[in-house]
Amino acid sequence: MAAVALFPLLWMLSVSFMAPGEASALPPPLLPKHPSGTNYRELFVRAGMGRYLLNSVLVAGAITALSLVFNLMAGYAFAKLRFAGRERLFQALLGALVIPAQVAMLPLFLLLKYLGLVNSYAGVIAPALASVFGIFLVRQYARDIPDELLEAARIDGAGEWHIFARIVLPLLKPIIVTLAIFSFLAAWNDFMWPLIVLTGQEHYTLPIGLASLAREHAQDSELMMAGSVVTVLPVLALFLALQRHYLQGLLLGSVKG
Amino acid sequence: MNSPRSAWLFLAPALVVLGVFFLLPVLAALVLSLTDYDLYALADIRNLRFVGLGNYWELLHRPLFWSALGHTLYFVAAGVPLSMGASLGAAMLLNSPLARCKPLLRTALFAPVVTTVVAVAVIWRYLFNTRYGMANYVLGLVGIQPVDWLGDPHWAMPTIIAFAVWKNFGYNMIIFLAGLQAIPPELYEAARIDGASSWRQFRHITLPMLKPTMLMVAILTVSGYFQLFAEPYVMTEGGPLQSTVSVLYLMYDEGFKWWNLGSASAVAFLLFLVMFAVTALMLRLSRRGEET
Repeated sequence: MAAVALFPLLWMLSVSFMAPGEASALPPPLLPKHPSGTNYRELFVRAGMGRYLLNSVLVAGAITALSLVFNLMAGYAFAKLRFAGRERLFQALLGALVIPAQVAMLPLFLLLKYLGLVNSYAGVIAPALASVFGIFLVRQYARDIPDELLEAARIDGAGEWHIFARIVLPLLKPIIVTLAIFSFLAAWNDFMWPLIVLTGQEHYTLPIGLASLAREHAQDSELMMAGSVVTVLPVLALFLALQRHYLQGLLLGSVKG
Repeated sequence: MNSPRSAWLFLAPALVVLGVFFLLPVLAALVLSLTDYDLYALADIRNLRFVGLGNYWELLHRPLFWSALGHTLYFVAAGVPLSMGASLGAAMLLNSPLARCKPLLRTALFAPVVTTVVAVAVIWRYLFNTRYGMANYVLGLVGIQPVDWLGDPHWAMPTIIAFAVWKNFGYNMIIFLAGLQAIPPELYEAARIDGASSWRQFRHITLPMLKPTMLMVAILTVSGYFQLFAEPYVMTEGGPLQSTVSVLYLMYDEGFKWWNLGSASAVAFLLFLVMFAVTALMLRLSRRGEET
């Protein structure tokens, strides 16, 4: 069963090192005859993959860092700060989860066009700066912080920002790591929105670049496999390194209420 | 005491982003769907006209909309049970005392989930290549004629479903695994003493105990599968003979290829309505199941 799950990925890696045309043969070759990095060189030198990779790192990195700040602040406020209408506002946000994101995409495109942000990094990043799921995750976790700790700091005269930065954030470290992986993976793998908002090749992220390559070089299996490796490897490596946090977050996030 | 003012300062950035880039556009989409916003309106907003429910009316008379809805429902109706079955099977395998190297196995089965849809769709397109694909080669070994997986209108959607099941089952597997581990082992022990077969244990202990998990997983998977887009975009471009055009694919084409943003918004809302109705129906049926 594990073989079925991994076979396509392993074969992708193997074919990516084959010479052009080698994979179009019968029986389908499992291993390259003379492994070489030709396809990778071709991708980075001629097909602009380096640029796409850089764009992906930039966009996913910025989304992760900024959305982390926004979601942490909001999640903490929903968990620990007092204000009128807190529960109702939070319920309303959770309710908004039933609306598929694609409903917003057409007006969002017009809005960004009006703001001059179509075909820019900002156009991809801005809508991903906060997420209901992220806020929810932080709130669930932050509720366990003892109120006495925060009150004691307030009595000592600490300001709210000071409390947040010095006391709350260190306590939230595990959920910060979890949320960071979630955001990064989601941003890296996102397809539909970048496809819509990025109209010029110079801003393409890896999935968009790969999809456009796939339309041009449909027959070039070896090259496409190398492109897939470049796209998949970073997220797979990140997951393998931090899977404990990721899987915990998945369970925490799936138990709503 | 913390003041409400500081609370709002903490909330403001996230709420502004969600408001400006999500809630406002959703409301605008509703208005947009009632207009004839197209390329001419994009050039000059004065060309915009209010058409009421005209877009909806027109869509309901377009065969392509119905076939896109049909393909999407096909994908959901076949994909969700298969995907949940695979998830539950894998979770039970991982949970059984016989399985070895569980962490390794779990990682391997989960790996496809974190991969990028576009990249793995490219791989599948190669695996299911008519002439050189591994799938047809293996079938050839047992004497089955090659199938034109992605080029035959009857086979394209099943191939995409198989791809989606492979890509996604690991996600629900982890949730099912947690659900299985929460079932008290005493229940199984008692059943074993009573001489219940493993099938009866599955039916009378595992399934009822997993029911809440099952419902949640089903709802999440259904809403995820209704959003089918990247797979047909990369693997088939909606073809052959538009047999893999999903509702979102139609929305994308209508909106960003033909720039009929008004009509595309109506497509988006109709999809939302269908998803909402299906989810509500599932919740209702599960509640009724509890009463009897």
